[in-house]
Amino acid sequence: MSDEMMDEGGVVKKFMYVNRKAPHGTIYALESLEVVLIAAAFDQDVSLVFVDDGVYQLMKEQKTDGIEVKNFSPTYRALEMYDIEKLYVEKESLDARGLTTDDLLVPVEVMSAAEMADLMAQQDVVLSF
Amino acid sequence: MLHTVNKSPFERNALKSCLEHARDGDVVLLIEDGVIGALDNTEFTAMVKAKMGTVKICALAPDLEARGVSSKALAGIELVDFGGFVDLAAENGPVQAWL
Amino acid sequence: MKFAILVNEGPYQHQAADTAYLFTRSALEKGHSIDRIFFYHDGVNNSSSLTEPPQDDRNIVERWTKLADEHGVDLVVCVAAALRRGIKDDNLAKGFRISGLGQLIEAGIQADRLMVFGD
Repeated sequence: MSDEMMDEGGVVKKFMYVNRKAPHGTIYALESLEVVLIAAAFDQDVSLVFVDDGVYQLMKEQKTDGIEVKNFSPTYRALEMYDIEKLYVEKESLDARGLTTDDLLVPVEVMSAAEMADLMAQQDVVLSF
Repeated sequence: MLHTVNKSPFERNALKSCLEHARDGDVVLLIEDGVIGALDNTEFTAMVKAKMGTVKICALAPDLEARGVSSKALAGIELVDFGGFVDLAAENGPVQAWL
Repeated sequence: MKFAILVNEGPYQHQAADTAYLFTRSALEKGHSIDRIFFYHDGVNNSSSLTEPPQDDRNIVERWTKLADEHGVDLVVCVAAALRRGIKDDNLAKGFRISGLGQLIEAGIQADRLMVFGD
């Protein structure tokens, strides 16, 4: 576990949100995003990672009219306003799916599975949906 | 850290993805349908065996028993009960659930 | 050690609620504390007082209520997820309370370990 720092608001912990599922087929991507937006108010050290089919959550050209569900993908662009700036996408997951960062709707940092594993090990709390 | 996997490797890639992210010294606990990944002579046995030198692989015994596959567990996999699960979680933070 | 638990699946459909319960019971038996169990996604259905399992099956909802009764575990149901799925104070089982997602983050901050049980 990493060191906990104290600031005037209390404890700051490292929270990682692990997204491994494609959007729309299940509600996990949407409800995960809802947690992240609430988490922003707690001034914690937040990282969002997109691994496996989770990378599809960030696809640029999502149009959901035809399946009559909410297109929440623009919300990822708003995360910056909530001071959530650590978005990581795994290289192996992109490669396996023939995707590049050009396919994604927000700027992200691409990291290898090994780097992702190191980052995960440094967390205090890992939330997976 | 502790990783839990609750999916059969025949159904989802959770075990594969977990093993690709487990670092030397990490512990992987197979629970629920994830215990199918703990079995010998399956097409996933080699993948699990390859990690057993550097990562400790455990399986939740009550889940193996419930599925009638206890006798098929791969040698070298440590079997734990729920108390053992709690101990693993207490001793190995953080915990990532590969759902 | 202080544990917090997140349950992301409903009862009966998926084993997650059972595993979470058995983990919680074992942790308490070992002298750990479980400050809060947070129910999210379909996990909110664990709190429905309308649940009526057959006599010979475990009663998952009552089991949670008993945990709250006997060990003072705080059972929190996410309000947004609950309203989506028809869980309200009217049909909320004893021992549960409905609150916001902030309670999950707070549990993560206060606990030594947060355990996730889901699908």
